[in-house]
Formats: sequence, structure tokens, C-alpha cells
Amino acid sequence: MDLLEYQGKQFFARYGIPVSDGEAVTTVDDAVAVADRIGYPVVVKAQVHVGGRGKAGGVKLADDADAVREHAGNILGLDIKGHIVRTIWIEVASDIAEEYYASFTLDRSAKKHLGMLSAEGGVEIETVAEENPDAIAKIWIDPVDGLSEADARDWVERANLNPDATEGAVDILRKLYTAYTEGDADLTEINPLILKPTGEVHALDAKVTLDGNSTFRHEDYAEYEQTQVRDEREEDAHSKGLQYVGLDGYVGVIANGAGLAMSTVDIVNQVGGKPANFLDIGGGANAEVMAGALEVINNDPKVKAIFINIFGGITKGDEVANGIVTALERVDIDAPIVIRIDGTNADEGRAILAEHESDSLISKPTMVEAAETVVALAKERGGQ
Amino acid sequence: MAIFVDSSTKVIYQGLTGSQGSFYGQRNAEYGTQVVAGTHPKKAGTEVNGVPIYATVAEAVKETGATASCIFIPAPGVKDAVMEAAEGGVEFIVVITEGVPAHDEAWFYNKLQRDFPNVQLLGPNCPGIISPGKCNIGITAGEIAKEPSEGGPNVGIVSRSGTLTYQALYELKLKDIGVSTCVGIGGDPVPGTTFIDCIERFEADPETQAIMMIGEIGGSAEEEAADYIKANVSKPVVSYVAGVTAPPGKKMGHAGAIVSGGKGTAAAKREALEAAGVKVGNNPTEAGALMVEVVDGLR
Repeated sequence: MDLLEYQGKQFFARYGIPVSDGEAVTTVDDAVAVADRIGYPVVVKAQVHVGGRGKAGGVKLADDADAVREHAGNILGLDIKGHIVRTIWIEVASDIAEEYYASFTLDRSAKKHLGMLSAEGGVEIETVAEENPDAIAKIWIDPVDGLSEADARDWVERANLNPDATEGAVDILRKLYTAYTEGDADLTEINPLILKPTGEVHALDAKVTLDGNSTFRHEDYAEYEQTQVRDEREEDAHSKGLQYVGLDGYVGVIANGAGLAMSTVDIVNQVGGKPANFLDIGGGANAEVMAGALEVINNDPKVKAIFINIFGGITKGDEVANGIVTALERVDIDAPIVIRIDGTNADEGRAILAEHESDSLISKPTMVEAAETVVALAKERGGQ
Repeated sequence: MAIFVDSSTKVIYQGLTGSQGSFYGQRNAEYGTQVVAGTHPKKAGTEVNGVPIYATVAEAVKETGATASCIFIPAPGVKDAVMEAAEGGVEFIVVITEGVPAHDEAWFYNKLQRDFPNVQLLGPNCPGIISPGKCNIGITAGEIAKEPSEGGPNVGIVSRSGTLTYQALYELKLKDIGVSTCVGIGGDPVPGTTFIDCIERFEADPETQAIMMIGEIGGSAEEEAADYIKANVSKPVVSYVAGVTAPPGKKMGHAGAIVSGGKGTAAAKREALEAAGVKVGNNPTEAGALMVEVVDGLR
């Protein structure tokens, strides 16, 4: 779950990380009211799940109410790389002496948390990593130990920040680490982390990705779900608890397990077809889940044929077959369906399907045969 | 021989009283696995399908001499369940549960490394492990795995994806090729057992003559395995990497399966593996066919 900047700043503030005073608004009048309250100059910032806001005109400085009115009016409704701005964040403008970069994420190779700190902030860290990798001071943190003050201090010194920033940086980095671990974040990033002329260190931006698997212990994360950006198909699938990624083709794909679903997408491509989606119905999928998956696929007008690829482990073949039969009774599926079932209870599943087999419900024994059949059917029906 | 588990392995099921735990616990027992105990803090003294339930792993180990544990506990309880298993004296812990928070995984992986260096963790979010004909721990359908043939050639399988693991077993069975052990390491960001852990053991296992490795997009585990194979492995390796056509920036179901910043692509992994002398198939069936060629060459 990616947080918008203002959500990220509110998240940081809970852990005591200094962020600018501000408020998120959705109208020009509210923007002016907030600016009047917090005091000028203010910054008007577009809240979208995409980088490059500044270049797109989504971040503006305003010295007075008229300027806020003008910029807020321009930014609300702005299209930034396909993301329409619905919310803007109004915050007190900060004086900047220096700009740094700080982040925590998981290093999957090292199986430790990785902190990155650089005196070269305000630019894409990937660019710094490529052009001047020595400018990034890294620290690997054992999750059992956490980040001690001594280690944080040593790390800050290695990053060659302005010595005036040392105390503030050590404090913020330790709080940022706490936010990262206690908040179950996949990423907490501050870019830029600024040193003000007055000597304070301050988070001027906030980029936070939360682990969707942790919501059982963070009930408040449900509100972030509302602001996630998905296409309509993804929204529909998500509401049914399915793992769905929209693609551009015409063969609907349903499989159990991420690996098999990826493999199914691959094989449709390899036999000359184009998959419309990736859909993993996961482990423990029952009739209800399969019916929901078929509904999601059926709502995609581009789909000309559907490939259901099931290998039974947790998902049992007879449950899948029953799910398909139930779904066909419940939903009017236009596209023909090609099914390949193997694994746990596959024979029972195939027997159930055999009773319902027709021109629009075909069972094939192997992945390749099923893929070839479904792609041929889709093309006959105008898929291109 | 086999790796990690064989016919002498006695297994505790943490979560045997739940619906998934009892279903797969019974299937594993019917396969021939020594399913010796289940645990539940409030159901000690009861039985599930004839298997005794103990209050804790420590008690179950004491009473049964179990050396392995299989965890079907829901995600919020996995961290405690893993530590209970290690503290209870189990050496091999299999976590089937999906949806475990990444911070929990990172924490218990490192905690085990430090305090229980002899404990081998497999998973979370994995299908488990099967040494065909000897032991099946987890959710793999045992009937799709062919037992190893005496004198070989037999294949050891290691896979990041659950259903593709079954797919690989199935492809080999269709081709009449035996499997020594098949390990599903899972698709999560911090897997307890890595490709390299398994490949190292397959290389040393006299029952294994060839290795099949199934990867997927995201991370760098396949590239690291390729480096290891190049330097340390004499047995032939066949591979398949899922997600060749996955668009960058989109998570394909598994928390780990994402191509980001041009890294972790199937193409890069394929290149690294081929540079290490690994034969890479375009799909699971093609990888199966490549393995047939390899095995025929070993006969």
C-alpha cells in the first residue's frame, strides 16, 4: 500500500518525526482557509501516487491568498502521468540550507534492513546510486538488534552531512527506523530531508509503502485502502479478495498460485496470444472465489476467451470444478472457457466438468494444449 | 538418501486442529509421513484423526521424539509459532501460512540464525517439502511425485512457486523421472531456505543426479544461485523462470514477484543462469523436456 505524501507525513508525525504544519484539502476555498490559518508563504502540492510532480506543475509556492487560489485551481484536476489530482496538501514553506536523502527498506539478499543516507538529496536516489554510489552511506540492521544510537551516529558521520545536522539526523533516523518497523512499512523514505538555516533537521517529503499483510495489527490502515489507485477491473477483483493485475490482451487468465498465474500469462504469449490479465485465486480457493474470479474476467469487454489453469495443492480440483459450474449458473459468461485441472482431486474435478462440457466449456489435459486452444478460440472471436 | 527429510522424520503439526491443518495433516499421514503430534494450547489430551494433541511443541517433542514441525497457524500467530518450535527442540520448521508480515519474517529469520543456528526454516508461504516415497510435509499432492529409482538418475527440485513446484513434479512423472526431494522455498521476501541451501545439499546427495530450479521474477535469488552453481555445482541444472512477460512495477501476486528499476527481470535471471551452464526452458513443459534430455544423457 503506497501512501500519499500527506498520509506519509501524518504517519511520520505519529512517530515524532518533524514535518511541516499543513492540511490536505480538495477544494480551492479550503486551500485558502488552510493557508490563512498556517501562515504564508505556503506550498501547494498535488497528492498523487506518481513521481515527477514538480516538473508537471504539481508543486507551487504561494506568498498570499490570491496565489494559493490560482495554484490550487490549476493543480486540482491536473493530469500527472494519467493520475488526476483530487487532493492537494497545503503546508508552511520551509527555508532550506541543505537537502539530504534517507530511507529504510528490506535488503532481500542480506535478509537485513537496509538504511541509506546521502548528503545528495532532492534528486532521484537511483541517479545518485548510478553516478556517485560512494555518496550513499549504507547501514545493514539486524531486525533483532534494531538501530542503536551509536550505530546511527556512526552512519550519519559516514554520510558526510553538515556537522550541524548530526544531532537532528541521528534523532530523525532512529524515529524513521521505528516508524519503518513498528509501522510494518516496506519502505520509509524522506527525500529531501532538509537542514534549515536555523539548524533543525526536518522531513520535507514522505514516501511510505506499507505491508498489506500487516493490517491485522493496524486497523487504521484500512483508510489508506480508500486512496489506492486501481483500474476498474483491479478494483472489482480487489473487492473480491483476488490478486489481479490488468494487462492489455484478450485472453482472460485465472490460475491458482502466483507462479502458475505468471506462467500461464507467459505461455499465452508464447503460443501467440495476448493475456488480458494476471489473476491468482490463491490457496484455499473455493466455489465462491472461482465464481468471483469469473465475474471479474467476464466484466472485461476485451476478453474473447478464458483460460482457467488449476494445479491442485490447497485448491482442490473438485472445488474448482464446482466453482465453475456455480459461476456459470450465476453469471452469463459470454466467452468460451478452456480449463486445465491437475493435482489434488483432479479426477473428481474433471468428472464434474465432463457433465457440463460443451463448445464453450472445454477441458484440456496439458498447459500447452489448453493455451493453444484458448488462443485459437479467442482469435476466432476477434481477439487481436 | 534425500535432503532435509526422509522416512525417519517425525513431524508435529502446529495448527493440526484447524481445517487446513487437519486436512493436510491427514493427507501427509496417509502418504506415509510420520505425523506424530499436533499442538494446541487448550486442546491437549484430545486427538485429530488419531494423532495426539499436546499443549506445546516442547511437550510434543518430549513425548514423541519429533524433529520437524509444520505450521498451519494463521499469519498473526506465525512469529510465535516459529519461535515455539525452535525453543521446543525441533530442527526443521516448515511454514505453510501465507500473508506473514515481512517484518516478522525478517525478525524470526535473524533470530533463528543467531539463537538456533542448527534449525532449518522452510517458508513462510511455501507448499512444503516432499521426499517421494518417504516423507511429505505440507500441501503437495503426493500422488503427483514419482519415487526415486534405485541407482538413478533422479532429480532434486527446488522452487519459489507453489503450483509450479507441483507442475514440475508432474512433468517429471509424465516423463517417468524419479525425484529425490522437492523443496518449495516459497515466494516471500525473506525465505528461510534459499535456492543455494537446497542446491548445496542436492550436489552432496548421492541419490540426486540432476537439479531442477524454478524461479520467478523479483529479487536476485536466481542470480545468486547462478553464481553459486557456476562455482560449486558439478551436477546438471535445468531451470525455468516465471514472469517473462510480466510488466515492470506490477506485483504479480507474490510479495516478492515484482520487477522494479529494471532489476529482477526474468530475462536477466535467464541470462545469469545460462552463463552458469544451466539449461533454461521457456515454460514448465519445455523445462521438463530439457530435463528428459539431461536425464537420458545420464542413463
